[in-house]
Amino acid sequence: MDRTYELMFIVRPDMVEEDQDKLISTLESAVTSSGGKVKSVEKMGKRRLAYMVRRFHDGMYILLTVEGGGGLIHELERRLRVSEPVIKFLTVRIDEEQKRLDKIKAIKESRRKVAAAPTETGGESTAVTA
Amino acid sequence: MAEENRSSTTPMAEHSSGGDRPDRGERRPPRPAGPGGGREGGRKYFRRKKVCKFCVEKIEAINYKDVRLLAQFVAESGKIVPRRLTGVCTPHQRRLSTAIKQARNIALLPFAGRAS
Repeated sequence: MDRTYELMFIVRPDMVEEDQDKLISTLESAVTSSGGKVKSVEKMGKRRLAYMVRRFHDGMYILLTVEGGGGLIHELERRLRVSEPVIKFLTVRIDEEQKRLDKIKAIKESRRKVAAAPTETGGESTAVTA
Repeated sequence: MAEENRSSTTPMAEHSSGGDRPDRGERRPPRPAGPGGGREGGRKYFRRKKVCKFCVEKIEAINYKDVRLLAQFVAESGKIVPRRLTGVCTPHQRRLSTAIKQARNIALLPFAGRAS
């Protein structure tokens, strides 16, 4: 399974740095044990929530990019749900969007190369006519 | 009655169309667009053609994490602003609304009201 997912989750703002690291490392071990791969971990820091979640106005956002199948995501979501300091989480599949963006980028690149060649010849022809 | 109205509106309409778009000529009076568009004797409204921000600025990725971008298309009340007001094209509006809904779920944007 080579799907890529983004897990964004919010932990309570009073959680200590060490506990966060511990939580992240347990998630990482869960990913690797079920055959997935952790691509990146990003702590986005403390942020004001747009609305109150479990009586919290702020939260620490953590972003986890994971490669793996649906079973892995199921397991990760279960873990997030039972872990007490996690107040909210969201999983988004990003590989298809990424594929689309890469395609657009490739098209743009090729178009640029095509466009660069005719303009040169066009410049020459105008020079000839002039 | 109706005929009288029509005869009174057409000169005005022709005049305005002549001023705005000389290439169209005076055959087609412009449609009254929006509130008070073609009201008789009213002020002339110069409505700029709305363009899709994402097409113009060539923004390909509409991500739920990009709160600054998404917040431009969310009203004060937290609602997604309709296409007819923002001018965003349909494919982009579709992805925009998905992104806004994802951002709401992770408390980056409010469901209702201002972000507290």
